[in-house]
Amino acid sequence: MKNLVILGAGTAGTMMANHLRPKLYLNKWNITIVDQYKAHYYQPGFLFLPFDIYNENQVKKVGKKFIPKDVKYIQKKIEKIIPEENKVELEGETLKYDVLIIATGCKIAPEETNGLIGPLWKKDIFDFYTYEGSLALRDKLRDWQGGKLVVHITEMPIKCPVAPLEFSFLADSYFRDKGMRDKVDITYVTPLTGAFTKPTCTTALNYLLQEKGIKIETDFAVEHVDNDTKEIVDYEGRRIPFDLLVTIPTNMGDEVIAKSGLGDDLNFVPTDHNTLQSKAHENIFVIGDATNVPASKAGSVAHFEAETLADNIVLYIDGFPLKNEFDGHANCFIETGNNKALLIDFNYVTEPVHGKFPFAKLGPLSLLKESVLNHWGKLAFRWIYWNMLLKGIAIPFVSRNMSFKGKVFDIKPEKK
Amino acid sequence: MAVKTIAGVEVKVTEDGYLEDMTQWNKEIAKEIAKELSIELTDKHFEVINYLRDRTIAKEALTIRSVGKSGIVDIKQLYELFPKGPLKFSSKIAGIPKPTSCI
Repeated sequence: MKNLVILGAGTAGTMMANHLRPKLYLNKWNITIVDQYKAHYYQPGFLFLPFDIYNENQVKKVGKKFIPKDVKYIQKKIEKIIPEENKVELEGETLKYDVLIIATGCKIAPEETNGLIGPLWKKDIFDFYTYEGSLALRDKLRDWQGGKLVVHITEMPIKCPVAPLEFSFLADSYFRDKGMRDKVDITYVTPLTGAFTKPTCTTALNYLLQEKGIKIETDFAVEHVDNDTKEIVDYEGRRIPFDLLVTIPTNMGDEVIAKSGLGDDLNFVPTDHNTLQSKAHENIFVIGDATNVPASKAGSVAHFEAETLADNIVLYIDGFPLKNEFDGHANCFIETGNNKALLIDFNYVTEPVHGKFPFAKLGPLSLLKESVLNHWGKLAFRWIYWNMLLKGIAIPFVSRNMSFKGKVFDIKPEKK
Repeated sequence: MAVKTIAGVEVKVTEDGYLEDMTQWNKEIAKEIAKELSIELTDKHFEVINYLRDRTIAKEALTIRSVGKSGIVDIKQLYELFPKGPLKFSSKIAGIPKPTSCI
């Protein structure tokens, strides 16, 4: 018997288990998946928890439920990968592999910024990229009397790069609905040159910040958080005061990647952009947030990657050349508040464009334009995630590579 | 996309003045873009610029952190070399694409 081992039972790892079990002979291949946690989280839901739009039960389920029965699930901490010996060390157990899939994801590393984990952490400084952080922020917002709300990105890359912007838009709606928008000052702070950095998006979407009265501070690379004065301070001494700081700390790959010597300076694994094979070892493949590929760290990307990677694993096992297929395709709903959302579709080289999705001309969803239907699409996606995506069921009419049919590349500013 | 003459060479640039094609870059172009940004280029600047270009050719994402760990400069020094926009201005001068997010 040969062994295929998947490290991580998050979105990407779970999808790979579901894709590969039917493709590999039961009498030839064992598939094992390892994850130290019992719970599987619907991470896009962390955006909605703070605003009481979702509750705990909608975003948290038992992970094992989504793993096929002929895949062995081991709930243990991964200690080290030893590629030279094709071995993975777990707590008190060693696994041999013929093929390894790394799907260990990424997570926030607040300890990377001086003063972030200090007296104000979880009192006036919060994250919403973890289940616990998101719930703590919800409790804070329920009683908050208003003041300066600063939504802040530490550095790129981050998981779901649009989430901080969505958070700002939803906060605007939330405080408006509570009748206290006039008591809240919202500032969006980014290390990049703007909230929208791709020319098509800048043109089409810049009106959003103005419309919602959200201030923006650009080119801000935080050096430390001053807990005494309640300010974030950048490398040039620029200071931005806050009463409530919602920060997206540095995102890093899992520490097991660093311990195994497989990562870059942020613990992301160097990975071929198109085949998803690791650059250092031919029998190690990488998927989802764990890779260093320049695609968004998002569930939709993992979903499209999974389809290509499942084919490539089979090709690799049978000794055929791999498909240079993955194009960086991402497809994301972006909440803009007031029960509206945008939908964007893009890849490594093509910027988000106008058009209809998934059917050219027919839609029904509009790309790069706000609509109520897109908002319902985003909410419906939670069902799709738990019931189709994780199980590796293809979403009808949505192809792994980006389609250019009916797309409009000449973007004009939105007329209001 | 527009065509602009920089240091006597016709180059393709984006709306905000970044080179479309990094192979059209040379040191004189770098100096002239830097001048527009009120930066006088030293050897240290060029060490950073060459590092950024190498990383870009290797298709690696650029972050302020990675430059800070390059062994060439730390982040504070990077800010001193390229005030007000360490990555924004250094990439513009290096003739590589502007660092972007997904939208």
